[in-house]
Amino acid sequence: MVQLTLPKNSTIKKGKHWPAPKGADPKNVRAFRIYRYDPDSGKNPRWDTFDLDTSQFGPMALHAVIYIKDNVDASLTFRRSCREGVCGSCSMNIDGRNTIACTKPLDEIKSKVVNISPLPHMAVIKDLVPDLNNFYAQHAAMQPYLKTTTAAPDKEWKQSIEDREKLDGLYECILCASCSTACPSYWWNGDKYLGPAALLQAYRWLIDSRDEATGERLDELEDPFRLYRCHTIMNCTQVCPKGLNPAKAIGEIKKMLAERAG
Amino acid sequence: MRTSYKNVTGLGSAHKGVEHYVKQRVTAVALLVLIPLFLLQFLSSFTSGYNGVMAWLGSPFGAAVTFLCISAMVVHMRLGVQTAIEDYFGGFLRTLGLWLNNLFSLALWLTAVYALISINFGS
Repeated sequence: MVQLTLPKNSTIKKGKHWPAPKGADPKNVRAFRIYRYDPDSGKNPRWDTFDLDTSQFGPMALHAVIYIKDNVDASLTFRRSCREGVCGSCSMNIDGRNTIACTKPLDEIKSKVVNISPLPHMAVIKDLVPDLNNFYAQHAAMQPYLKTTTAAPDKEWKQSIEDREKLDGLYECILCASCSTACPSYWWNGDKYLGPAALLQAYRWLIDSRDEATGERLDELEDPFRLYRCHTIMNCTQVCPKGLNPAKAIGEIKKMLAERAG
Repeated sequence: MRTSYKNVTGLGSAHKGVEHYVKQRVTAVALLVLIPLFLLQFLSSFTSGYNGVMAWLGSPFGAAVTFLCISAMVVHMRLGVQTAIEDYFGGFLRTLGLWLNNLFSLALWLTAVYALISINFGS
């Protein structure tokens, strides 16, 4: 159900200001406004502002966040792992758009202050770490593995080059959740609507020439909420840091279902 | 305590939605033709005043275009409003909204059909 205002305990207060280090060249100083929330404090979330000397770290948003943790405030909490756009851990909302911090260059951000907050409309565990349990369960519910009835061949399930090419643009998803948490339908009905990431994954198996559970998979998706809550808003495709097109995949699933219905 | 997987799978799939999707598109395409046709004919009958409008609505072609246009419009509206209600409301309000939407759509359609029948077959 739609929720247009933040609950009282989620309204964001003004937080602490961390001035730039002494001796920093003012030309290199940039402000980073970061969402902070500590569940143990019992206090509301706050915006902390960090004035950083950008010459001290690398060009990406993740470099800035790691710099803060290492040099300014060690309590800043966020997820990160590969730092090269492969693991999907460091997804956050940067400058108003969901993306992964490790591949987001700071010089692409036009505004003076760099705003960083957790992925929107998700329960926050701490600072920039959202609760993604529901998101991962939706992915698991898609049964993202090959399902067959025919006995497994001695060596491998063969696939033509053309059929393999159909998986391009689908298998590359890194489950960063940028797309699903950018989708208004997912914000309002994320408990029942599967969201673009899970549906992209579903289509990846629906279109796989080796998978024999296409009908069962379509049966599970044919639902006013699970699939049809997608209203082609296309925020998912706009924000995907891997350049994938979940909106198109969802459209293809709808086409398959319409074709099946005759 | 429920697991996330239990929450996601919930009561299972409703196994419907295709009909809504197809109807919405079919009526949209039909209305692309019907609305301009209806407006052109209806407005041109205005030039002959009340009698002109009644004569057009009383003609087989005028009555058919009006009936088809109103029918497609009511179905399209009902489906669209249903989607909006499902998006923005939950629980009792959702159920109430869906009921009212269905009743309003039916009442609107019956009123239009009654008017057309009266014009065409009334004394």
